[in-house]
Amino acid sequence: MAERAVFSVRKLGHTTSDIVIRLGYAVRFIVLTLMHSGTSFRRFGLIIRELYYTGVQSLIIILVSGLFVGMVLGLQGYETLQTYGSESALGVLVALSLVRELGPVVAGLLFASRAGSAITAEIGLMKATEQLSAMEMMAVDPIARVVAPRFWAGFISMPLLAAMFSAMGIFGGYLVGVVLIGVDEGSFWSQMQNAVDFREDIVNGVIKSVVFGFAVTWIALFQGYDAPPTAEGVSGATTRTVVTSSLAILGLDFLLTSFMFRGV
Amino acid sequence: MAADNLIEIKDVDYWYDKRRAILSGIDMVIPRGKVVAIMGISGSGKTTLLRLIGGVMKARKGEVRVDGQLVSDLDTAGIYKLRSRMGMLFQFGALFTDMTVFDNVAFQMREHTNLPERMIRDLVYLKLNAVGLRGAHRLMPSELSGGMARRVALARAIALDPMLMLYDEPFTGLDPISLGVIRNLIRSLNDALGATSIVVTHDVQEALELVDYVYYMSDGKVVAHGTPQEMLANDEPLVHQFVYGEADGPVPFQYPSRNYGEDLKLGARHG
Repeated sequence: MAERAVFSVRKLGHTTSDIVIRLGYAVRFIVLTLMHSGTSFRRFGLIIRELYYTGVQSLIIILVSGLFVGMVLGLQGYETLQTYGSESALGVLVALSLVRELGPVVAGLLFASRAGSAITAEIGLMKATEQLSAMEMMAVDPIARVVAPRFWAGFISMPLLAAMFSAMGIFGGYLVGVVLIGVDEGSFWSQMQNAVDFREDIVNGVIKSVVFGFAVTWIALFQGYDAPPTAEGVSGATTRTVVTSSLAILGLDFLLTSFMFRGV
Repeated sequence: MAADNLIEIKDVDYWYDKRRAILSGIDMVIPRGKVVAIMGISGSGKTTLLRLIGGVMKARKGEVRVDGQLVSDLDTAGIYKLRSRMGMLFQFGALFTDMTVFDNVAFQMREHTNLPERMIRDLVYLKLNAVGLRGAHRLMPSELSGGMARRVALARAIALDPMLMLYDEPFTGLDPISLGVIRNLIRSLNDALGATSIVVTHDVQEALELVDYVYYMSDGKVVAHGTPQEMLANDEPLVHQFVYGEADGPVPFQYPSRNYGEDLKLGARHG
């Protein structure tokens, strides 16, 4: 009995120290990435290339999802608002939901599953096939040459994708609310313009998407770089990227929202 | 004379866990201009030794000197400077899969030199021509056979005319033709570049035909060394078993296990 208790405590201690060590590695990893970012900016072509893979190739899923989320918001919002006779506020509801919350959060989740998983799998496989070791043996630092350009590409892409998601969502809400259901077009747009504040709503939404971009790209890169160099290791790392990034986005969103919108 | 040796390894130990040494008491010299094989069964510490020479890991005890420099004394910049004068061929080539054959070979030139693109093009063609694959410069690594990939990796490794070439199991998984091509290339490139080569391998016939000198390792120690002829005539049981590929000997066929009869529970049935 006592033996089992000792075993459990030891196991708990081992797991805790493991988590702390990995967290330490992850922090050291991101610090190194930031320190070795000079090459990426001197040779901006490296970032442009990654922007294409992480940003441009995520466009389709982001735009289509944005459109549908906006259309659903239009339908649901109209249903509720018309009960109170305030369907003219549909534009405000759609825009605020998207700009403050759904844009950054849903775009972040989609970005994690589309671009984040791809980054992890690519770097994990580069490690498993000794491409990173080969680079090191050629006296080229993989953090500077492989990791840093991908980090900046993710960091730049994410806010842009979130903005496009929101824009597309608003268009979806307009399609359903105004074109399909027949809400007055003038009040849809004018109420939206009056109610959406640049500093309070749009800037806060952009800040969120920047934070999510940082978190998702960091997690994806670290998981890939840290993956055991086997098929099982890479698949596990890819899964961890999606799960950890999604939880990080939702947790950070709550934290940021509680700081940004304290009853104002 | 020390200057004649490109690499000098003195009394080197390496371990991950102190109770289980990977390398112990390794002494080795690699003369300039020679092709030297480090042979031994899997797990004998060959690749670890290669990593110590490349500065990927540092010896826990003893000295590893490359071109007179003590590898363990070098900082990251020093290690990178040393590595820029080395070329390494990895077991399965390790080509960058997102780049064409041309870009793979040009990689180091673009990273380490300011040569104009026209000159890089000429140099890449030169290197690819040396391995017989100038015509394949547009292909992606996924379009190459195993042997071709290994040759492209070789062209990439010699891109900056290294003083030292490290080969990690260069013959593994190749068909006989590719194997012959790689073997001839190792020798001809070594002599043409005036380089020194270390070939880590367990392919006995290929290695003995190719190299000038052999170190045979077992269980983290050098147990024999000499010219290929001396190795063929060596009567040390470990070397004899390895060179002649005998299934049983000092290296047992069976993984350590309990008595066979006990595993089959023969005693229980009869007793």
